[in-house]
Amino acid sequence: MKVANGRVPTTKAAYRQFVKERTPGKPILKNAIRAFFVGGAICVIGQLIQMMYAKYLGFDAKSAANPTVATLIFLSAVLTGLGVYDRMGQWAGAGTAVPVTGFANSVASAAIEHRSEGYVLGVGTKMFKVAGPVIVYGVVSAFVVAIIRLLFDRLLQH
Amino acid sequence: MGHIGAQTWEFPRKPVIVATATVVGPKEGEGPLRESFDKVYTDLYMGEKSWERAERALLHDAVTICLEHAKINSSDVQMMLAGDLTNQIISSTFTARTFGTPFMGQFGACSVSMQTLGLAALLVDSEFAKNVVAAAVSHSSTAERQFRYPTEYGGQKPPTAQCTVTGAGAALIAHQGTGPRIALATMGKVIDLGVSSPWEMGAAMAPAAVDTLTCHFRDTGYSWNDYDLVATGDLGSVGHRIAIDLLKEHSIAPDERFVDCGMMIYRKDQAEVFSGGSGAGCSAVVSYGYLLRQLSEGRMKRMLIVATGALLSTVTSLQGESIPCIAHAVTIEREGEYQ
Repeated sequence: MKVANGRVPTTKAAYRQFVKERTPGKPILKNAIRAFFVGGAICVIGQLIQMMYAKYLGFDAKSAANPTVATLIFLSAVLTGLGVYDRMGQWAGAGTAVPVTGFANSVASAAIEHRSEGYVLGVGTKMFKVAGPVIVYGVVSAFVVAIIRLLFDRLLQH
Repeated sequence: MGHIGAQTWEFPRKPVIVATATVVGPKEGEGPLRESFDKVYTDLYMGEKSWERAERALLHDAVTICLEHAKINSSDVQMMLAGDLTNQIISSTFTARTFGTPFMGQFGACSVSMQTLGLAALLVDSEFAKNVVAAAVSHSSTAERQFRYPTEYGGQKPPTAQCTVTGAGAALIAHQGTGPRIALATMGKVIDLGVSSPWEMGAAMAPAAVDTLTCHFRDTGYSWNDYDLVATGDLGSVGHRIAIDLLKEHSIAPDERFVDCGMMIYRKDQAEVFSGGSGAGCSAVVSYGYLLRQLSEGRMKRMLIVATGALLSTVTSLQGESIPCIAHAVTIEREGEYQ
């Protein structure tokens, strides 16, 4: 439905339509495929690291998860500091953002950025600028789900 | 003479742009216009300790080189008009501190290059100043950290996003001397057609560019044929296409002389260019280098530069407001060509 010749879009709704017809869409399929493979690759790497911790460093299969996450966070922070992570992020999108690597990058990049404003009011205050919502809503939803589970258990016991 | 039509200033004495200077960062220095810049930094920090200081260094260098080209001291400058995108325009104010000239900071987002140029012409033409510096600067990292995310954050930007130009452009306007001449300026109104996504600034600014341009044509009686080139500041490929279609709806379809500075400053194969360049420095570095050379080197006679700005803040976009925009246009002619 193109605006006919000579009709200048003067209302916000008409202009919104005018813009929509002329705006390139995000390449959703391409982004999804890239995110799938990169996100998957990061998880595979994580799995290999976990197996190494279990096999060679004396952790059992379950507790090896802790140093694994720490290692992935460390690698993300290093790549962020080297200026490489943001390039990967533009290519991979959700693939690098969704795993714990994305969280690490958001904290590390904010910390690096606000260093010029001092360690307390700069780094300390603004480090969780991007990651804050993850922490807040992660904790809140965990709390809500835990309450629901508690109620369910009680109901089923009776 | 004076005010003509609805929004246009006509300068009977046609103030002269006696000197200009453009200083840019690494990405611009690798782009198609690299030969036109006076100084290219290969380090995005410009040797400074913070992004904010780096932006100041760009502006400081641009003004310094401009004054050198004009062969005058800052003490001979009666007014400096400068603007940028930072909160409280600190790049401009802190740089003005160094030069010690009377100073009026300007905010027009990315339209500030032509806002300052038009005002400078007004001051000189009305004989309230002999020498005026007009300048604008932007830096990709100060814009990123202020408006968007930490610079190393791995978020994915959409194809309609733009890349803030790291660069400063300065011009010295005087009553006499050799150089291109400022004939007219059409100062824009704030226009808002409801675009609210900061990732779609080109679409937000296009109506403002079209409004100022059509007003300019009405006020002056000029048409496309009176100009060798009409350049918008930073609509980007998406916004520029929208502007072309809007002009067609107004029955004044443009031809290939209608270009955009944001589309000229980078090659498409450079990393993360998206829809094109933007920023207060974009129109400044493209106009004061490459475009004015088309006049001074005899390839063109008259051009119109329509710098466009998106007047949002970090707070307004979070609060769900739409983006009001503005565009200011200045007509620049080759010396000696018209009276």
